[in-house]
Amino acid sequence: MSLSDKELKEIAYLARINIDENSFPALKGQLDQILGLFEKLNSANTDDIEAMSHPLNLSQPTRKDEVTEINQREKMQESAPLVQSGLFLVPKVIEGEN
Amino acid sequence: MININQWEAVIGLEIHVQLSTNSKLFSGASTNFGAPPNTQACNIDLAMPGVLPVLNEEVLKMAIKLGIALNANINSPTSFARKNYFYPDSPKGYQISQMDKPIVENGHLDIELEDGSIKRIGVTRAHLEEDAGKSLHEDFEGQSGIDLNRAGTPLIEIVSEPEISSPEEAVAYLKSIHSIIRYLNISDGNMAEGSMRCDANVSVRKVGETELGTRTETKNVNSFRFVEKAIHYEINRQINEIESGNTIAQETRLYDSQKNTTRPMRSKEFANDYRYFPEPDLLPVILEEEFINSVKETMPELPNEKKIRFMEFYKLSKYDSSLLAADKDLADFFEEVTKESNSPKLSANWIMGEFLAELNKENLNIIESKVSAKQLGVLISRIEDSTISGKIAKEVFEKMWTSSKDTDDIISEQGLQQVTDLSAIERMVEEVIKKNPDQLKKYLSGKDRLFGFFVGQVMKESKGKANPAQVNQILKDKLKK
Repeated sequence: MSLSDKELKEIAYLARINIDENSFPALKGQLDQILGLFEKLNSANTDDIEAMSHPLNLSQPTRKDEVTEINQREKMQESAPLVQSGLFLVPKVIEGEN
Repeated sequence: MININQWEAVIGLEIHVQLSTNSKLFSGASTNFGAPPNTQACNIDLAMPGVLPVLNEEVLKMAIKLGIALNANINSPTSFARKNYFYPDSPKGYQISQMDKPIVENGHLDIELEDGSIKRIGVTRAHLEEDAGKSLHEDFEGQSGIDLNRAGTPLIEIVSEPEISSPEEAVAYLKSIHSIIRYLNISDGNMAEGSMRCDANVSVRKVGETELGTRTETKNVNSFRFVEKAIHYEINRQINEIESGNTIAQETRLYDSQKNTTRPMRSKEFANDYRYFPEPDLLPVILEEEFINSVKETMPELPNEKKIRFMEFYKLSKYDSSLLAADKDLADFFEEVTKESNSPKLSANWIMGEFLAELNKENLNIIESKVSAKQLGVLISRIEDSTISGKIAKEVFEKMWTSSKDTDDIISEQGLQQVTDLSAIERMVEEVIKKNPDQLKKYLSGKDRLFGFFVGQVMKESKGKANPAQVNQILKDKLKK
């Protein structure tokens, strides 16, 4: 299978990666190789195999419902580019407005 | 002219319920509401490199309780999946949710319609997921402020089948879910604070059509009344569009409660593609039968069961039982009052009348009531044993509310005991007859309606304390002569 330019653009948008159109041929070649591996996997007969969502055959351990974390806001915000009144500041995004 | 009867609505609800745990779904940070911004967001909630989620056991118990209450299957193993999207209030770039194996599946809920009939609404699934943080768009000069305190708070999303046919049914279903989560004590269900949020999927079709129309999703409607109004608006809008030859776009819409309209959210260049895949940081969860059974043992009596018990044990009407059983605190209060008063019907009337009116007036909840269940029970028993009349009881109740004094103290301090002494009432009746010769003449000449006038005068004379039944009887005797 082979990716179209449109599909490549969509994937780049979903991953929020800015791709130069000049690199499309090279990227498509690499992604096609990866997709080829999935096609190979798809061709294996899995009729008698139970689907699994994790390679380890264990149950997820749980923790008790206890508050174990303390407020470390100052430390956490040291690496933030912009902070105001305890909030992280980011470029304005409003979903839902025209 | 549109004939609304030619159309039917098909509605499904997605209800997000914030689970009232102490700590988050996958971290040990606190979930308390109202803390200063970002003081309850730890490195897991902030998606710092190298952190791993660890599942909160209490969340599993809460989900299982809900599953049992919704007559649903509990899936084991149940597994988590990543829902990928970019938004600043979700630092990981994905939300941990559930896709193929939700913890709760294939349930149903019976709701009572206005005409008293019962309708069964299918519950497709209920899955666990983490809440996002909050974006604040005001006051930051072109920037948005991000508070991640809510990020990672456990949610359960309850998805109904598209089997709801009207805005009223949608509200009945929503109220029923609300009542259940409060009974199970798994959420405070506070819609104004966002602990319960509702999205409505609405489509319309001509009566008799079997295919579904194109649906819209109206997001985040935050009160029972708004759910009703938003769905109402959306049904009418869709019918109007189709009747005028337009088509319905499959889109997400926002409800504007001030204008009472819905409007489309900005359409995206590409449709949402969440690229779900199994969460590699979490193993599937195996729920042992023993664990599920231990949760089963903690199940409280549910609203429907309580309603039936109230009808059978207390002989209350279906209406009274439904109203009382819908709210656990109210139902408990009623049982406390009745224990003291020994009169279920009168207790129910008082609670749903005077008592709730007083609470509403001061905007208090039942826990904050200024009159205790025991006090109210004593008051009602004083009506029952004829110490005071129902009318005087209302006065006493007012005084109990403002003074927090005991019922009996107020009655004796104010001398409000009902006059049941026959000779005293007789004297008052004679006095009233003597004072009103004209009315007496008219009454004796056939104006029967004046009987009420005499009752009123005697009651006035006694300052409301005479026993009305005795007054009636004595007046009848005296006026005959």
